[in-house]
Amino acid sequence: MAMVTLAPTPDSSPGKTRLSADAPPALVCRNLWKVYGANAETFLRENPEATPAEIRAAGLFAAVRDATLEIRQGEIFIIMGLSGSGKSTLVRCLSRLVEPTAGLVFYEHQNLLRMTPDELIQLRRHKMGMVFQNFALLPHRTVLGNVAFPLEVQGLPKEEREERARKVIDLVGLTERAGHYPRELSGGQQQRVGIARSLAAEPALWFLDEPFSALDPLIRHEMQNEFLRLQRMLSKTIVFITHDFDEAIRLGDRIAIMKDGVIIQVGTAEELVLKPASDYVAAFTRHVARAKVLTAGGVCVPVIPGEPLGPIVPASARLAEVAAAVLSADAPAAVVDANGALLGKLVKASLIADLVGGGQ
Amino acid sequence: MSDVALQQGRLHLRLPAGWIVAVLVALAVLVPYAAPQTFAWAKAYPATWIVPVSDWLKAFLYWLARDLTFGLFTFKEMTRFISSLFGYALAVPKAVFSTGITFGDEDGAFHIPRVSWAGLIAAVTVWSYMLGGLRLAVLGFVGFAYILVFGQWDSAMVTLSQVLLAVLCGVAGGIGLGILAFRVPRLEGAVVATLDFMQTVPTFAYLVPLVFLVGVGPVSGMLATILYAMPPMVRVTMMALKRVPPELDELARMTGCQPRQVLWKVLVPSARDDLLVGVNQVIMLTLNMIIIAAMIGAGGLGFDVLNALRQANGLGKGLEAGLAVVALAIVLDRMSRALVELRPVHGAAAQHRRRLFWAGLAALIGFTLLSFAFPALESLPPEWRITTGSMWSDVVSWVNINLFSTADALRTFLLIYILVPVKTFLIGFPWVGLLAVVAGGAWSLGGWRFALGMTALIAFIPVAGLWERGMTTIYLCSISVVIASLIGLPLGFLGSRSERMHKFLGAMCDTLQTLPSFVYLLPVVMLFRIGDVSALVAIVLYAMVPAIRFTDHGLRRVPPSLQEAGTMAGCTGMQRLAKVELPYALPEIMLGVNQVIMMALSMLVISSFVGTNDLGKQIQVAISQADPGKGLSAGLAIAFLGILADRMIGRWVAARRERMGF
Ligand SMILES: Nc1ncnc2c1ncn2[C@@H]1O[C@H](COP(=O)(O)OP(=O)(O)OP(=O)(O)O)[C@@H](O)[C@H]1O
Ligand SMILES: [Mg+2]
Repeated sequence: MAMVTLAPTPDSSPGKTRLSADAPPALVCRNLWKVYGANAETFLRENPEATPAEIRAAGLFAAVRDATLEIRQGEIFIIMGLSGSGKSTLVRCLSRLVEPTAGLVFYEHQNLLRMTPDELIQLRRHKMGMVFQNFALLPHRTVLGNVAFPLEVQGLPKEEREERARKVIDLVGLTERAGHYPRELSGGQQQRVGIARSLAAEPALWFLDEPFSALDPLIRHEMQNEFLRLQRMLSKTIVFITHDFDEAIRLGDRIAIMKDGVIIQVGTAEELVLKPASDYVAAFTRHVARAKVLTAGGVCVPVIPGEPLGPIVPASARLAEVAAAVLSADAPAAVVDANGALLGKLVKASLIADLVGGGQ
Repeated sequence: MSDVALQQGRLHLRLPAGWIVAVLVALAVLVPYAAPQTFAWAKAYPATWIVPVSDWLKAFLYWLARDLTFGLFTFKEMTRFISSLFGYALAVPKAVFSTGITFGDEDGAFHIPRVSWAGLIAAVTVWSYMLGGLRLAVLGFVGFAYILVFGQWDSAMVTLSQVLLAVLCGVAGGIGLGILAFRVPRLEGAVVATLDFMQTVPTFAYLVPLVFLVGVGPVSGMLATILYAMPPMVRVTMMALKRVPPELDELARMTGCQPRQVLWKVLVPSARDDLLVGVNQVIMLTLNMIIIAAMIGAGGLGFDVLNALRQANGLGKGLEAGLAVVALAIVLDRMSRALVELRPVHGAAAQHRRRLFWAGLAALIGFTLLSFAFPALESLPPEWRITTGSMWSDVVSWVNINLFSTADALRTFLLIYILVPVKTFLIGFPWVGLLAVVAGGAWSLGGWRFALGMTALIAFIPVAGLWERGMTTIYLCSISVVIASLIGLPLGFLGSRSERMHKFLGAMCDTLQTLPSFVYLLPVVMLFRIGDVSALVAIVLYAMVPAIRFTDHGLRRVPPSLQEAGTMAGCTGMQRLAKVELPYALPEIMLGVNQVIMMALSMLVISSFVGTNDLGKQIQVAISQADPGKGLSAGLAIAFLGILADRMIGRWVAARRERMGF
């Protein structure tokens, strides 16, 4: 019913972490549903192909409909969508904070939905971390106490957990504030505590639910940089919810767009800009700074053999980076891949068209 | 919700049905007056029709106490066990605060002193300073110093030790039950219903069966107090846990907390502020009840007050003890409130706080150790005490001489022109008519089934043979509610108009609510002597607070846009009040009146001490005669009256709000 990109798309454009294209899947969900309402399970078992109208007629509400995703090891996977489109619910199903109504979730080949409560507790203690939209700091604990909390829950002795917590606090730059209580911190500082806490147990899988949306633009930008810096050091598998396409472009390897519980499209920022699956997706990308998204490799056109070419640009370069060189040269620019093989050319006129958005 | 829909659906048929009901009610009221001979049975409830509810209840309690057995042990053994458990538990705080411990007999006796007065006053002062700064420290010091210097220390320590244990049990039990209801949703409904009922049963009704099952003494006083003070804590706990942001619960699960860890490491600490508000309530209710429980042998300050009320010339001493109760109540209330406001701090401020805490504890222990050497530190030598008994007696006689004629005139006026006529009218009212009035009113609010339930509640009074006392209760209650509203509503209105008045009224209401209900009786008796007028004034004073609060709050909540609309339509100030603000705030104000009724009912029982002849009196007599059946049936009757008023007003408010689209 919905257009879902299932297979890992051959990644023509280089994202933030180029490795991820070949990396094995870490978190996989198949045909995942979350339907709210009485007897939702029975209804879904009897009508596995239920349409939204049928679901509504049964007095139910589908927050996530038939979601299938593969998130790769070490990837920053972004989920976007309008308010109420089911992003948080999807992520909570992936972490089983919310029990899915139907479908499968695998983490590193373990069936998450079959796990006993004890197994789940162990998995969450050691493998998963989550940053919450509203920080969710414990008001009665200091910064140190909040960050050490996951370790305390694991039963680590006080000294060890505080030592480890201090390291993470240093990492997010709150060393001076370790003794403060949450209400004594600014919003940005509070969110840093949330981030530090979710990292304290060194999770391999990191969920972030609109972590920066409550912050003002300056702090948000700073936090994004910090996030990228952390990820370069830690290389975790990350599922990141945001409302902000610019943020998605800056941070994400791939982006999933959701609407009314359905995943409409999954792809790199460039794919979403160049080949939007629907008007809804196009609307999301409309105001994007295209020069920062599109790459030379993504928009180049085939070369006529023997044609004279001007400057050589790498396929992975963003248009913003190469525009000056292309525009000032007389001949079209040659686009080459990492091995130096010729992929195509960039023509001035079409480059300008690409940049202003009429290119496709 | 569906109620209003129903009513509207019924509206077409309503006029004839409404008329029929109105005519029936009028007939039920008027016919017994018109033909007293023929319808004698409808006027005064025939004695032969009385159902011996009291005897049944009595038999039931006797069965409980004598014959009920759970196989391994009997009910009696169980109550004995529980009471001896509390007896042991009570011995600890009592020894610490009140008696100390003495080993051996007269000659070679070795005495471990109780907590030294100097230590306790120092600790209270330092801790008050830690909690609320200089002002609270001064308050704490003055309060406890008053108790010491005026020779109330011994009694106050008995009371304090009981309060501490009761608060501990009430808080622990309340949190435990609250958590249980929170965790097991199936239990929640049952717990809420039980709480609702327990909170409408008047204070005294607890005392009667307890005295019967456990006997007179501090232990049954303690048990009654815990039963009385715990329900709000259960409620607060349930509400507080529900109010913890769901993200914190998710955080706990996401971090891999065991269910136990979720509760104790995340939910309960996050609900700290709300829970502490509950603790404050438990403290205040405990103090209120422990004073009343003096009637069943709890001792302490309550006993002094009670004794003073019983003696002809004891008022002076009673006032002294009463003021000690007030001091204790205000200090404990403000300290526990300051605890709610206390925010965690770090660094130097936290260290400062810790130092103060330890300093207070050190003073407490240090002075107590010193009192091994200096017995004067354990109990203040009598020659250092001030007694104002004679001064208060002088005040009393001064009042008698100078104010009495005025007070007496007022008293006589009230009695002759209001109280006696209303009372005579109500007692002579045909019982069939009363039932019909209630049924008709309930029918118009909520239909047949509701009317049936409400009529059953009111029917209890004649059927159980409680007519005269029940009607006396209704008469006293309704007159005091009217007077309390007549005073409270205008005050609340003034409060809503001026910020200064609002603050002043807030402080006044706070203080009025802090005072244990028993204390109200002292000044009232001083002015009006024993009788209905005294009871009336005490009830009005005690029950007025919600009328003020809810009116103030309700009028303040009228949206500014609505007021502007009124002004723009050209209303004068009075018109705006009458046509815009009052109708908008009326549901809220009626909720206040509902509270007034509840408080009046509970105060009625207590004020029966100063000489009324209502259901409260019957409970009181039952306590002294150890007749549990009579006490319980009177308690039930009052509870039913409370439930009746509560449900009827609740219906009215809900319907009204629905119509206004809240
Ligand atoms: N417990 C619940 N019961 C019923 N409906 C729910 C429940 N939780 C969420 N929903 C509904 O599911 C839909 C998706 O909610 P979700 O929180 O996942 O949205 P979201 O995409 O995260 O939105 P936002 O951007 O505002 O955070 C919403 O319409 C919401 O009303
Ligand atoms: Mg969300």
